[in-house]
Amino acid sequence: MSLPPLPDSAITVGAHAGGWREAVELAGEALARSGATEQGYAQRMVQVIEEFGAYIVIAPGLALAHARPGPDVNSDGLSVVTLDEPVVFGHPHNDPVSVVLGLAVSTPEAHVTSVAELANVFNDPGAIPALAAATDIADVQRILSLSEENAAR
Amino acid sequence: MKIVAICGVGLGTSGILKVNAERVLDRLGIDADVTASDAAHIEEAAADAQVVLTSPELVDRIGPTNADVIVVQNYFDLEELERKLDEALG
Repeated sequence: MSLPPLPDSAITVGAHAGGWREAVELAGEALARSGATEQGYAQRMVQVIEEFGAYIVIAPGLALAHARPGPDVNSDGLSVVTLDEPVVFGHPHNDPVSVVLGLAVSTPEAHVTSVAELANVFNDPGAIPALAAATDIADVQRILSLSEENAAR
Repeated sequence: MKIVAICGVGLGTSGILKVNAERVLDRLGIDADVTASDAAHIEEAAADAQVVLTSPELVDRIGPTNADVIVVQNYFDLEELERKLDEALG
């Protein structure tokens, strides 16, 4: 079981976002850059938040942006965007957000194994602050893979 | 015993809740079937569930139910989940 593919092209470190919408769009751009999705997927992730609220802010400082599978999803993929300044999503407890994950899955079944692996990474309470402080792409890759190794122990 | 994790689209965040709830239930020695569902199917999903797990943002969408509704703030905090599940089920 492994995380969805996270190529370097799907990682943006220290980006600036004027608000939650831009932050989610950055996560969508990263998914499109890696080839996992088409450009339009970003707006579908924004729509989920418009419809249901900021529930995707699932832990302090971390948003898991995602939408349903669709024709704009080419393959399962993950993107990671860290922000230079945290933004507010409107969550009652977990704002502000400094790390946005973008998740794309091609089938509803695919999410189960990939999110299990995300839980392994982020059940380590140090993972979100470490990601927020990452200075380059290699840092992000190292934090995600280190956490994975820790969980396996 | 049936437990339903609810999120907006039934993917991603409810999957994380499901995975972590299963871990905590295992730790508590409670045998339960945990499923993930979305806000659109909240009524049928919650109809025969003992416990509904969800986010503070979605709790208002859950209609009348006999299930215990547990609002989870940090989906990665297993201690929060364990405390709340233990309160509801213990």
